[in-house]
Amino acid sequence: MIYREAGDYKLTYGADAQTFPIKGDRWAYWLALAFAAAVVPLFLTDYLAFALLVPFLIYVIAALGLNLLLGYCGQLSLGTGGFMAVGAYAAFKLMTAFPGLNIVFVIILAGLVTAAVGVLFGLPSLRIKGFYLAVATLAAQFFLVWLFTRAPWFFNYSPTGMITAPTRTLFGVPITGPSASGVSVYLFCLGFVVVLAWLARNLTRGSLGRSWMAIRDMDIAAEIIGVNPLRAKLSAFAISSFYVGIAGALLFTVALGAAEASEAFGIDKSFLVLFMVIIGGLGSILGAFIGAAFLIIGPVLLKLLLVNNLGWPTDLAAHVEVMIIGTLILVFLIAEPHGLTALWRTLKEKLRLWPFPY
Amino acid sequence: MPIEVFFAIEVAINGLMAGVMYALVALGFVLIFKASGIFNFAQGVMALFAALTLVGLQTGQIPFAHLINAIFGTRMHHFGWDLPTIVAIIGTMAVMVLLAFLVERLVLKHLVNQEPIILFMATIGLAYLLEGLGDVMWGAEVKQLDVGLPQGASVWIGDTTYALFGYDFFIDKLALWAAGIAAVLVIGLTLFSQYTRQGRALRAVADDHQAALSVGISLRAIWVLTWSIAGFVALVAGIMWGASSGVQFSLSLIALKALPVLILGGFTSIPGAIVGGLIIGVGEKLFDFFFQPIVGGATENWFAYMLALVFLLFRPQGLFGEKIIERV
Amino acid sequence: MSISDARALQVQQMESADADIFTTPDGRRIGGPILEMRNITLRFGGVVAIKDISFDIREGEIRAIIGPNGAGKSSMLNVISGFYHPQEGEVWYRGMRRARMRPYEVAREGIARTFQNIALFEGMSVLDNIMTGRLNHMKASILAQAVWWGPAAREEAEHREKVEKVIDFLEIQHIRKTPVARLPYGLKKRVELARALAAEPKILLLDEPMAGMNVEEKEDMSRFILDVNDEFGTTTVLIEHDMGVVMDLSDRVVVMDYGKKIGDGPPEEVRNNQAVIDAYLGVSHDDA
Repeated sequence: MIYREAGDYKLTYGADAQTFPIKGDRWAYWLALAFAAAVVPLFLTDYLAFALLVPFLIYVIAALGLNLLLGYCGQLSLGTGGFMAVGAYAAFKLMTAFPGLNIVFVIILAGLVTAAVGVLFGLPSLRIKGFYLAVATLAAQFFLVWLFTRAPWFFNYSPTGMITAPTRTLFGVPITGPSASGVSVYLFCLGFVVVLAWLARNLTRGSLGRSWMAIRDMDIAAEIIGVNPLRAKLSAFAISSFYVGIAGALLFTVALGAAEASEAFGIDKSFLVLFMVIIGGLGSILGAFIGAAFLIIGPVLLKLLLVNNLGWPTDLAAHVEVMIIGTLILVFLIAEPHGLTALWRTLKEKLRLWPFPY
Repeated sequence: MPIEVFFAIEVAINGLMAGVMYALVALGFVLIFKASGIFNFAQGVMALFAALTLVGLQTGQIPFAHLINAIFGTRMHHFGWDLPTIVAIIGTMAVMVLLAFLVERLVLKHLVNQEPIILFMATIGLAYLLEGLGDVMWGAEVKQLDVGLPQGASVWIGDTTYALFGYDFFIDKLALWAAGIAAVLVIGLTLFSQYTRQGRALRAVADDHQAALSVGISLRAIWVLTWSIAGFVALVAGIMWGASSGVQFSLSLIALKALPVLILGGFTSIPGAIVGGLIIGVGEKLFDFFFQPIVGGATENWFAYMLALVFLLFRPQGLFGEKIIERV
Repeated sequence: MSISDARALQVQQMESADADIFTTPDGRRIGGPILEMRNITLRFGGVVAIKDISFDIREGEIRAIIGPNGAGKSSMLNVISGFYHPQEGEVWYRGMRRARMRPYEVAREGIARTFQNIALFEGMSVLDNIMTGRLNHMKASILAQAVWWGPAAREEAEHREKVEKVIDFLEIQHIRKTPVARLPYGLKKRVELARALAAEPKILLLDEPMAGMNVEEKEDMSRFILDVNDEFGTTTVLIEHDMGVVMDLSDRVVVMDYGKKIGDGPPEEVRNNQAVIDAYLGVSHDDA
């Protein structure tokens, strides 16, 4: 009897539509949040932060973004890496052009710039669908990365072609640059994740979310019952790119500190985020968290096991990892197209009824 | 004629040859798409995998040597023999057929009736799996592939054109061979699909799965067959690319360019794949030739995709595709 | 009343001089034509799907379109909902010539429909599916929805209330939260009707609402169609194969065959029309 729902009646439509309809889940959510914000920082080392938790949080944002587009609106994009690059380079240009601008605004503005670029590359979605669109988004991926490596204005004519994040502080604590501590960066990213996940949840339960899902499930019927495909698809591209741009900006400013477009934002990043969404679960906010955790923390553990414990060469371990990821994608698409989230949901439905079978 | 014009023509001709390579990869996509409606993202990686296997067999590498060494602490790497090229090619083909069989048995069978986009993402997973498998089996270092195809500039063409136009055209012999082999391949495939029993079954399945099933064609056998043929096409493409630029990971990225080729040519048209490949090959070389001074080099990275994108906006069904009437 | 409205009314009165407002024997009020199809011709390449067809639909009536398979009935419905654009002819809606419109604009003008092969959103719950019917009435901005504060949450609750009324009306309370994909065929059809009704349409287009149903389900569906028309005065256009149903439900019937109109009038009249009998019993088309 893990869930005790008896007596938890919904009296208003608002209460019926809330994010965590079950009391136990609401408690679990607040506990997890309090744990992440108050307890984790107590024992967080710099290594743990920069190798695991910060990349995890950043990829949660990217996966949320792609999930809004693919999982909710049904538009497949293989340009995630390119859009992350837009966020990163926008953040760099903003930081160097306006040194006084608060880092929070830098990140948000970088997201907005990416949203505009996303809309531009989302325009073809009005005429083309499915994998045709996927190929069109490859154009975004390759063109944007090429642009950022070839046009010196974007990296301020630096001779190495790299962009480097200058030090910026928030409430006097350095967030970017070499002096930023793991704990402050972790909390900074956590703040973004919490707010963005909350916004994503709201967007997907309202009328906009429904029009996205209608387009995803049956675009022609959706248009005939009154969904404006232009508005639905472009808003999905804009909002998704906003998220992806913020992820790119964060990855560059707080996680990497220095980046070069073709290396940090190549097509492998597009696939990485796509795989997170598939493994976590298409059309699920929770899925973005599970997928990112799986693909960020999994490889680190695998490497610890294979390289550090068994003494395998690093490159062999990397190849085995690629194989395992590919296999996992196939297994998930075949066995559980809705990802780990669906497994969790099934388990929960059983728990809610337990110990009675019906 | 000014020398620049000769340059441009030479660039265009060499672009044609690159286009033949793209077309070869695109051909594999078209075959699988026609027979099963699957957009096989892994086609490029299949070419890489085939080339890796071919080199591995030819030079007598021990498969999974790195893995075995890592687990058991051994130090093996080669059997110590060199297989004749033709034996190695047959061996590789056997591996590709086995792969087709496994793909059907382990993947496709379970994904029947799924949405195309799910199948597409599954082939991305397959691409990763194959890429990892290729590296684990044969190692990831760049390898030379030599199956005895002639390479280097064709002296005869250079001399003839010099005599005629006063300009020595540089054309790679390998490229000429590639064009010839591609032509033979296309003719062979056409004959196969027109005049053999399996070919007819293949076309029936492409037309209508349900109807084909109802007249007693085994869908699964046909799938294994198409994936085998696609594997064979991948092997040919892998040999060509491998011979010209070595067997390495970038091969699978180059093969991604077959996607815009398909968009131009349409997903179901073999002539479309050829024409699309040539357009992309010539287009990207000429674009780079003319615009390099203005925008800088390496425009080949994205030109094909941009061309496809712009093209899609005006003709979503491709050059040779039929206009789709949507129904509700 | 604005000038354009006044002119529209005038046009409407001129067009329908012979069609005054009247009341049916069972007490429903039938108005003038709300939708007129004038000389519609629709071609797909060389194939003529609809050939020079004209008919009107009066406010408040139940209008049936019947005909053998491939007669062009669904194409006609698609023309009305703006999914196909006819090469020739005009659509007049509420006394005005309708400009070329995208389907969603047509829906916004108050025309809702169901589909021959159920077109529900399979990945969503019944409730969410029906809520999509309210999309055209929901106005909260994206920003308001994102923070889910004030207007967005309030609006959501208001529209939920309207949807709940439709759910009560169609007696599908018990499956409210069920994913649509899990429902049996008959219930799916009912949910689709609910989605169309939730839009509070002026004209309701039903494409074979009873196809593939058993007798009991057909009776239920007929009752719902009549109740909707009765209670809300919704103009209903219906494609149906079951002649019994058509004869019982509809006020007037259009008969199509091979893209042409071969009959138009009250059910009794159409039933006795020789061309209609030929089309249904199958007469060689060479001498037609």
